[in-house]
Amino acid sequence: MSVATATPLIEVEHLTMRFGGLVAIDDVSFTARPREITAIIGPNGAGKTTVFNCITGFYKPTVGRLTLRGGRGEFLLERMLGHEIGQRAKVARTFQNIRLFPGMTVLENLLVAQHNKLMRASGWSILGLLGIARYRDAEKAAVELARSWLERIRLLADADRPAGELPYGAQRRLEIARAMCTEPELLCLDEPAAGLNPRESAELNELLVSIRDRDGIGVLLIEHDMSVVMNISDHIVVLDYGRKIAEGNPAAIKNDPAVIRAYLGTDDEAIDG
Amino acid sequence: MAYFTQQLINAITLGAIYGLIAIGYTMVYGIIGMINFAHGEVFMIGAFISLIGFMICSMLGIGSAPVAILLVLLLAMAFSAVYGWSIERTAYRPLRGSFRLAPLISAIGVSIALQNYVQLAQGARPKPGGQIVSGGFNLFTDDGFDVRVTWLQIIIVVVTIVLMAGFTWLIARTSLGRQQRACEQDMKMASLLGVNVDRTISLTFVLGAALAAVAGMLFLMYYGVIDFFIGFLAGIKAFTAAVLGGIGSLPGAMLGGLLIGLIEVFWAGYFSSEYKDVAAFAILVLVLIFRPTGLLGKPEIEKV
Repeated sequence: MSVATATPLIEVEHLTMRFGGLVAIDDVSFTARPREITAIIGPNGAGKTTVFNCITGFYKPTVGRLTLRGGRGEFLLERMLGHEIGQRAKVARTFQNIRLFPGMTVLENLLVAQHNKLMRASGWSILGLLGIARYRDAEKAAVELARSWLERIRLLADADRPAGELPYGAQRRLEIARAMCTEPELLCLDEPAAGLNPRESAELNELLVSIRDRDGIGVLLIEHDMSVVMNISDHIVVLDYGRKIAEGNPAAIKNDPAVIRAYLGTDDEAIDG
Repeated sequence: MAYFTQQLINAITLGAIYGLIAIGYTMVYGIIGMINFAHGEVFMIGAFISLIGFMICSMLGIGSAPVAILLVLLLAMAFSAVYGWSIERTAYRPLRGSFRLAPLISAIGVSIALQNYVQLAQGARPKPGGQIVSGGFNLFTDDGFDVRVTWLQIIIVVVTIVLMAGFTWLIARTSLGRQQRACEQDMKMASLLGVNVDRTISLTFVLGAALAAVAGMLFLMYYGVIDFFIGFLAGIKAFTAAVLGGIGSLPGAMLGGLLIGLIEVFWAGYFSSEYKDVAAFAILVLVLIFRPTGLLGKPEIEKV
């Protein structure tokens, strides 16, 4: 089993999450490196999303340490508040179900993601918003960044439409663009290919690879669509019933007997054996 | 015709005041889904601060009415904003995440506490505010009836329009407004994008309170008399306005305020002034029965 040699971007150590008597995650450790796509896979209920919820501060882990080492220093995520994880540690995420701001325009969705930058430029005051040059420049730069992302996801023409009106696949892409507009160090994507047709999912592959190679961002990916996972992942972590059962590159994972057993099931005797 | 026009002018003036208060109700509801029943009291406190402000102005010998009004406006907005912030911080934030009725009860508690506080500190008797702006002009005369517009009415409508325009701009065009709207639609997601939700909610209370304070000042100037109890009725009327326009909708609150002003003044003008409150609330009942989302409100979409 390969262990990361370069400095990991995020290091998950002995993560355990209990809800009352239910153990959702049981002593899971893994690392994800910068400029790599690390996939977390496993059957339904394996605890993948719970791992994300711990990383992004939705849950407080029962046991364990989550260390993010990015360009801004070292952060212990389990000790930070929800908005600090996005703001200071620079972790961005998307959800299984789409959570855009449906009533706001496509462009505004991307601008909300850059809100901290803008508020800093305004000096946190209403007077600042009334038009000091620094704020206006920042706003212009924010719109610029948003537009460049809209171009990359081919939604530039829809910039002023309410986000809720976009077709499903476009909303998925917009969510990823919005997460990227926070200029994250780590991007956590929860089933981004869910509900996409094969063509859209091929486009998604391209987008994710470009985020890794062009933007140099580390990506954590939960995905059921194996055509996505096997094609673009550099590293795969397999969970089953809250435990890590395998970890390695796609080729190794494909042939790992424990993974095959978890996915395809096995005879009763084989389990006993 | 003359009588009608006169009533219309009076109604718009009153509606402007209701609209300013209604914005505070609708914004707080929009962001945390709670009716801030203490909001009427913030309006009342704004009126009292204005009264004190005008007295200070006359003590300092500031004779020019526009200067005095501007100073008092800023003073009332600033102090009431502090009240709004403190109310949220002490009475609502600790109850966030608790059951739905808890902050509502807390709001009623705050309302009673503030009323009694002002009654104790300022006395129970009505306080005359004196006339700050007087005069006006005749628009036209018809059948021996003079249609009169006072300067004060013009000031009230202009101040309201300017504030509402500025406020709409703030919400629609600035980063602050985007953050506010984002929290309204999906608080968790906004937080994940690095928006400080607690600060945004505080800001909502601060802005709402500042607008209510302006309404308080205008009320003081218009009626000339205030007491510790004015927040109750004005608050409920403005709440009715917010529901009528569609609670959660900003243009709805402004429109609702105007409509409540119209209903009240025209009812008083053509039927009976004793029953003008009944008319306003009867409209509320009808709206709730036939159009529960209000005039400009959107139907609630179940989030799955």
